[in-house]
Amino acid sequence: MKNILQPLAMVLAPTALVLALTPAASAQAEALRGKVVVDGSSTVYPITEAAAAAFRKEFPNVNVTVAVSGTGGGFKRFAIGETDISDASRPIKGKEFKKCAENGVSFIELPVALDGLSIVLNPNNDWVKQLTVDQLKAIYLEDGKARKWSDLNPEWPNETIKVYSPGTDSGTFDYFKEVVAGKTGSFRPDMSVSEDDNVLVTGVSGDKYAIGYFGASYYFENKDKIRAAAIVNPKTGKAVMPTPENVISGAYAPLSRPLFIYVNEKSLRRPAMRKFVEFYMENAGTFAKKVQYVPMSPKVAETAKSFLKKRRTGTVFVMAEMHEGGPVYSKREQPLDKAYQEANLLDTK
Amino acid sequence: MAERRVPLAKRHRKDRIFRRGCQIIASMSAGILAILLIAIVFEGVGALNANFLSGAPDPDPAVAGMFPAIMGSLWLLVLTMLVALPLGVAAAIVLEEFRPKHKVLRKAHAFIQLNITNLSGVPSVVFGILGLTVFVSMFGLFGNERDPLLETGATYVDQFYNQGDFIIEVPIDDPMAPETVPVDGMTIYTYEGTAMELNLLGDDDDWPEDEEIAMRSLYSWDLPGRNKERNWWYFRLPFGRGVLAGALTLMLVILPIIIISSQEALRAVPSSLRQASLGLGATPWQTVRRVTLPAAFPGILTGAIIAMSRAIGEAAPLLMIAGIVFITRAPSNLMDDFTAMPLQIYNWAGRPQKEFHDLAASGIIVLLTALLLFNAIAVFLRQKLQKPLS
Repeated sequence: MKNILQPLAMVLAPTALVLALTPAASAQAEALRGKVVVDGSSTVYPITEAAAAAFRKEFPNVNVTVAVSGTGGGFKRFAIGETDISDASRPIKGKEFKKCAENGVSFIELPVALDGLSIVLNPNNDWVKQLTVDQLKAIYLEDGKARKWSDLNPEWPNETIKVYSPGTDSGTFDYFKEVVAGKTGSFRPDMSVSEDDNVLVTGVSGDKYAIGYFGASYYFENKDKIRAAAIVNPKTGKAVMPTPENVISGAYAPLSRPLFIYVNEKSLRRPAMRKFVEFYMENAGTFAKKVQYVPMSPKVAETAKSFLKKRRTGTVFVMAEMHEGGPVYSKREQPLDKAYQEANLLDTK
Repeated sequence: MAERRVPLAKRHRKDRIFRRGCQIIASMSAGILAILLIAIVFEGVGALNANFLSGAPDPDPAVAGMFPAIMGSLWLLVLTMLVALPLGVAAAIVLEEFRPKHKVLRKAHAFIQLNITNLSGVPSVVFGILGLTVFVSMFGLFGNERDPLLETGATYVDQFYNQGDFIIEVPIDDPMAPETVPVDGMTIYTYEGTAMELNLLGDDDDWPEDEEIAMRSLYSWDLPGRNKERNWWYFRLPFGRGVLAGALTLMLVILPIIIISSQEALRAVPSSLRQASLGLGATPWQTVRRVTLPAAFPGILTGAIIAMSRAIGEAAPLLMIAGIVFITRAPSNLMDDFTAMPLQIYNWAGRPQKEFHDLAASGIIVLLTALLLFNAIAVFLRQKLQKPLS
């Protein structure tokens, strides 16, 4: 048996050696240890990923993991205390708020960036210059009239529109649905659906007659593969592209929206977690720009930082009179700088 | 009889055509492999450098690496091997060397044999779902990850991060105890483990200038956070989405392969060896241990290593267990979150940017190198251990 074990040991010994090796680091910040668990929206993922990657360079011994289950999927885990931070591309819903309250999870709501939800087309699509919300309704709603491009405009090709959409666990879906379908309408069932925006990019870039939508970051990152349609602002009647300038000025309406992280207040007491969130909020503007989102207005960013510092928990988006399935974004009528105030906070406690 | 009348030249031609056909088909498979390898090397060799092997995933493709994925795969591989090899070989010995004589038991034996053969053909993603219920959540019998029924190897510390950016730690015995309230003079530890006396500051006190004092000072309103320090032997029921659950799921995938190849290796041992051993008065167990198993070992090892190369390349079951997660560190205990090489490659390949596709290609080069290495080891071991049997 000995001569059998010898070659086996020759194989196992280097393996064990490699296992024993740990990455070397030197900084003082190395002292900070701990774990930060993030899950949620794929729209917010690029910002959080950028934050986690930058944070790691300063604090190598803090383990930040970022998963992508969609805003809804993320809140499911967040509400039972499984995650420390939930990425969200829409505010928390009444139902999710209730779940947090039941499980004693109190959280701080922090807007991190603005996003112009982009309607994207294949670059070979040379007929669509702009779209109105009504046209989007016709394309996306179950009882919408447009199934072929020619249904929207007789001059457009007589070809079936291939419709892509984020999945139902996605905050982008919820947001887009509320804008396009309102509270009652339902989406057509024959869309190609994925929670992963990368899959949507690949889908739309491969089909001349496709249409899809997702966060602007994914559009700007893939400008060579897809193009965005200008959306007609219902108030001004002007067609607007989802550029950062138009998102800041508010011209890109009604598809501009804030992106959030929700932070478990109890987890925040752990130094590693506190450092990460402080680091995130301190540099949120930089990270947002880096991944092609728009930084929050200075006023909102300041409020967010003060909420974090003073540990102001709760949300400004859920009304005290909650009902099942409550409003997705009940205070959207107000701009975020007005809604996001300490006086509007509703706490889970 | 009709065949006889075909002229000789025609028969030779048929023979040539058949041989050519075989050659073309064989070279086609080699050609496809060559094209694949060349394409991947061409695409991926640019991004392949030391940083790629030692760095962590990053949103910037220029600095991204796959160290956590390599380590994750290594953990999986070692754990899978440790569990699957003894189990698989033992099962093969029972099935092959200790065949039951009783009629009912013989039926059961045949039934098990049939099932193992069937299991080896089951798509691996099915095992992923099985692993999710059996290993990750354990049917919900042992609570959940946050509130496990059994947990050992974790120590708890209440960590303060004081106003001077110093870490102050207080070890906790009972994880359910209320959070530490700072009291003047209590024993605290620096992050390096040096014991010190806490210097409690009143609300109106200024922050001490002296660093010696600052590193052990807290305001009375400072709040701690409870850190769970997991030692390398940290263990928990249920397993959760950790490296152990992943390894056990991979074990399910490769166990049938190991059993079947081990059985074949055992079957290849001439029965004259067994009979000679039994004839000399050895018990069946002694025969297996001293004669059959050593004789079959090279074959078993080859089968095991081939199974391992299958395990290292599996993505589907791991996708169910671990999912796609941004992880920058190697796992440090059995329950730690992990990612593996196939998952990292899948993640990069799924992104639309070309730079990430190149990274995926580099990852594939690393994975293929590991696979070829394993196969080379298998060949080497077989050569080294093969002995004439009779």
